[in-house]
Amino acid sequence: MSDYRVIGKARRRVDARAKVTGQTRFADDLSFPRMLHCKLLRSPHPHALLRQVDVTRALRAPGVVAALTGKDFSIRYGILPVSQDEEPLCRDKVRMTGDPIATVIATTEEEAYAALELIDVEYELLPVIATPLEALQCDEPRIHDYGDRGNVHKSVALEFGDVDAALAAPAHLFDDLFFYEGNTHLAIEQHASVALLEPDGRLALYSSTQTPHYVHRALSRALDLAPHRIRVVATPNGGGFGGKTDPFHHEIVVAKAALLTGRPVKICLTREEVFQCHRGRHPVMMRMRTSVDDDGFIKAVDLETLLDGGAYGSYGVASTFYTGALQTVTYRIPRYRFRGCRTFTNKPPCGPKRGHGTPQPRFAQEVQLDKIAVALGKDPADLRLQQLIEPHSLTANWLQIGSVGLRECIERVIDRSGWRSKWQKMPHGRGAGLACSSYLCGAALPIYWNDMPHSGVQLKIDRSGLITVFCGATEVGQGSDDVLAGIVAEVLGVEPYDIRLVTGDTDLTPVDLGSYSSRVTLMAGNAAIQAAERAKALIAGAVSAKLGIPEERLVFAESRVFDAADPAQGLAFRDAVIIAETIQGSIGTVGSYKPPAAAARFKGGGVGPSPSYSYTTAVAEVEVDAGTGWLRVEKIWIAHDIGRALNPTLARGQVEGSVYMGLGEALSEEQAMRRLPPRLSHALVHKTPSMLDYKSPTALDMPEVFVDLIEQAEANGPFGAKEVGQGPLLPIAPAIANAVFDAVGVRVDEVPITPEKILRALKASGRRAGPQQFPSIAWPQAVYVPPPWEGGDGRAATKAEEALQS
Amino acid sequence: MMRAGRFRYHVASTVADAAAALADGGPHARLLAGGTDLIPNMKRRQDTPDLLVSLRHVGELRGISVNGETAIHAGTSLDDIVKSAAIRAVHPALHRAASQIASPLIRNTATLGGNLCVDTRCNYYNQTFEWRKSIGFCLRGPVPDGICWVAPSGRRCWATASSDSAPALIALGARLTLLSREGERDIPLEELYADDGACPLTKRADEIVTSIRIPSRVVRSTYWKLRRRGSIDFPALGVAAAIRPGPHGVIEDARIVLGAVASHPLLVPESQLLIGRTLTDNVIEEFAEGAARHARPLDNTDFAMTWRKSVARSFLSGALRELRGDDPSTFPLLARETALRNGWRFE
Ligand SMILES: Cc1cc2nc3c(=O)[nH]c(=O)nc-3n(C[C@H](O)[C@H](O)[C@H](O)COP(=O)(O)OP(=O)(O)OC[C@H]3O[C@@H](n4cnc5c(N)ncnc54)[C@H](O)[C@@H]3O)c2cc1C
Repeated sequence: MSDYRVIGKARRRVDARAKVTGQTRFADDLSFPRMLHCKLLRSPHPHALLRQVDVTRALRAPGVVAALTGKDFSIRYGILPVSQDEEPLCRDKVRMTGDPIATVIATTEEEAYAALELIDVEYELLPVIATPLEALQCDEPRIHDYGDRGNVHKSVALEFGDVDAALAAPAHLFDDLFFYEGNTHLAIEQHASVALLEPDGRLALYSSTQTPHYVHRALSRALDLAPHRIRVVATPNGGGFGGKTDPFHHEIVVAKAALLTGRPVKICLTREEVFQCHRGRHPVMMRMRTSVDDDGFIKAVDLETLLDGGAYGSYGVASTFYTGALQTVTYRIPRYRFRGCRTFTNKPPCGPKRGHGTPQPRFAQEVQLDKIAVALGKDPADLRLQQLIEPHSLTANWLQIGSVGLRECIERVIDRSGWRSKWQKMPHGRGAGLACSSYLCGAALPIYWNDMPHSGVQLKIDRSGLITVFCGATEVGQGSDDVLAGIVAEVLGVEPYDIRLVTGDTDLTPVDLGSYSSRVTLMAGNAAIQAAERAKALIAGAVSAKLGIPEERLVFAESRVFDAADPAQGLAFRDAVIIAETIQGSIGTVGSYKPPAAAARFKGGGVGPSPSYSYTTAVAEVEVDAGTGWLRVEKIWIAHDIGRALNPTLARGQVEGSVYMGLGEALSEEQAMRRLPPRLSHALVHKTPSMLDYKSPTALDMPEVFVDLIEQAEANGPFGAKEVGQGPLLPIAPAIANAVFDAVGVRVDEVPITPEKILRALKASGRRAGPQQFPSIAWPQAVYVPPPWEGGDGRAATKAEEALQS
Repeated sequence: MMRAGRFRYHVASTVADAAAALADGGPHARLLAGGTDLIPNMKRRQDTPDLLVSLRHVGELRGISVNGETAIHAGTSLDDIVKSAAIRAVHPALHRAASQIASPLIRNTATLGGNLCVDTRCNYYNQTFEWRKSIGFCLRGPVPDGICWVAPSGRRCWATASSDSAPALIALGARLTLLSREGERDIPLEELYADDGACPLTKRADEIVTSIRIPSRVVRSTYWKLRRRGSIDFPALGVAAAIRPGPHGVIEDARIVLGAVASHPLLVPESQLLIGRTLTDNVIEEFAEGAARHARPLDNTDFAMTWRKSVARSFLSGALRELRGDDPSTFPLLARETALRNGWRFE
């Protein structure tokens, strides 16, 4: 194997001690002298015009220092440049139950809360759009005054090769409908923020955010304040999972309140408010048509998706593309068409949750492959193994694939799980199911168009021997601090625990785009290698000059710098730094990373490209009670192609955490809304806005999980590493659905897979539970791009042009 | 974060002191035991008491004695009940019920008295003030003339009785002692409950539950709890069963109680019909079918109501099969899991 000292060794993470002893300071732990507290008045109605918002009475209440309404803000914001549709406080209209209308700033949280009741609001109720179907059918009233039409936010269509021709005369055509219910992140830490003015009058915001850089930009825009007058510090997140990647209204509101009052202002959301902030998994209805030949080789795939976007744009345009972008990266798909449509509804906005837009179509694809295998009498593992994507190839939609460890993943789990003696071989009521998946290692394009690095790292090393790493990356629990420390420690030959980290602070750290899209290990990791190598070269040069040892013979290890030929010849790392500082002056280096350019050059091709793709395979073993539909997931075997595990302890933690989260999505979690009888009320409220009622699994519900890490170094990854934070979630739901079929012979083409649905399927003549029809959607003309093997250069063409050429 | 409103706080030192403080406090005074039900309800403004009379330092309210009759003081923590080897041996239904309430952490502080008086639950009511305001509140207020969203045409509250220990203790024939400044009285536990979601207890507001007594008849008992997850969740269905088998397996007494399917724990009247019979497959199925008819789950808990109803029948028969001596490890998955599950605790 490797001769690395830190990389690849299972270690306690660098921030573990602080976390388990309660020393980590989360946003809500922060307190400042003269701090005020902020509470938000939120709309009780899902859709209404605001006729009047009057805070006069609230301002007179005890303890109240200030009260703001939508009139105090004039600029909209939003994470994507194309969806600047959010207001810190709504001005004229509310679009969902929970939309913020006004705020009270008071000396205590109780006083702020009590004064909310004294705000007088006049609403004019509007008809409610509660589902994507209603959104498609009702152009009026429009939830937003932008978007493709009516309440359709965005519809996209991409076609790679002539799919209709490929589907016209297939040996076998599989045409299936699937539904993936929405669910939310449920990070243990509720969002919290504190804003204050620094002694020089500049604004500072401490916030539990995964993306301080984007919050910085949004604050600057919404408050019309120059960015250099604003500092955003991301506090360690008590979990994020994508739920803290948007800039949020409460962040802008406390910032504004701090500017107005000159005092620190804090907010900590309630759990219910977190459910309203949401940005979780889009509910997606899918129709997937796949043609295969007699041997089960895929000829073409045609996918349609309908997304329930909720009340705001958020990352929705990207999410929409993501429901189609990564279908091509696991198996060879010669021709592919994808059409996706996102609708606005009067519900909490959906956005990026672990796997962003891809678990839904992955569920469809992997369950459909299982159906194909059964129909053709093939083992589902073999059906996949025979058509795996080639390493270092281009996909139909022009994604550049790097290393692929999927074969090893499949082989490992079928071996360890005893798949060959389980699938179709266990008694009725017990079943095994298999599914694969893939995920990006960071999006190749930033959220806003620019040509600058995606991640920067700065190193400061001085005569004390201390190395300080400055990086905009944000610790959200995933271990990004540990990745940085581990990498720098490896290169410079010191202990990771001796390194000081300053991260996620827009005043102090170089920009990193944030902890989303599984980008940090690869991008910040590569930047860290570059910065550390540069520092190493400075120090090596000085030591070489001083000791007369050729530079290339110098080894950095064990907190020493020494001669490879004679390890006794050398000095302590600290002494080496002293020599370097003496000769070179103060030691500081930088590193940065920008992903390689994408091969795709068509409109819509910006979503999907990544420096690398990770791969995963899971086998689930279940027991199903045919009398009640009760389902127990007994065991999960999962192998993940991680390129290289920088710290296997953390990598395994990410895999297990993904299994856990996938299990919740597969079995019980639902971000579902409750409607009342329309003649009595037009309320639309979250069904289960608490941790008691939103059914996330407990420790007792976890199956046994057997994790394998497949390590085949990826050229684009730091020390060969790929992502592990999101990909392993994806195969869990389809593996369970396939196992249920193996156990009792029914298909639940929908998550969550509840006992009620299994029982319903068992009683249904079609032995299936799931959506019955896909609505007809007026799709735009597809952007037509010939796949690489049909010529072309990754640019769009028209079918007619194609016909002429050939 | 969510905070409860303002209230006064009285730390009672004796039961008599608590009774006096409660009586003086009037209609807006509440007893505070473990607080695991009351405090969340206050944060959600379901209840806005102005005085809390704390029982937490009343030593005489704590303790279990088992000699012949079992007596449990109302302030005994659920964890102490779960830990009691005597209760585990003599009253498995209570052990199993207590061990599956909420979570290990909650059981450390939650009490048996509080569990018997736990508020009824409903998806439309156990929500924050803001949430309830969005739906125009419900029959339980705080505004007058609210609608019951579970059954909008009716005029009653259908909130669900959600105590786990109550069905178990009713099946075991428990009685309880109520104390107030006026004196003490002693009632069968089932009489504590009124079939009214909004006003579920028959006791006066100034009465304190001081002890629970279980007679020493030899019975076999069990408790089956349906919930989605292995911990935390309130029951979506509870079946408590206690039978006294005589010679040749002829049943001398039987009390079967359904929980979480009505606004009160429901003592199944057909239990009487089991007396004098033996638990053959036929007897069990016939009983389960009849008893399940009393289960009228509504759409106000977890799980689809029709599904819960179908499970009620299989739980009724499963619990009786367990008491008959069938080996639960041969039961179908859900019954097996349910019969074999005890709450997990820190050892
Ligand atoms: C997350 C969560 C999960 C839960 N899951 C369950 C569950 O699975 N099953 C279940 O049964 N419960 C559950 N509960 C509810 C609660 O924890 C238990 O019912 C607990 O036993 C209540 O006891 P307590 O001592 O905390 O009561 P408190 O909250 O102190 O009191 C509850 C009520 O009883 C009254 N009261 C308390 N003691 C007396 C007394 N001696 N005499 C007269 N009145 C009294 C109080 O005034 C109050 O009205 C759960 C609660 C939470 C927060």
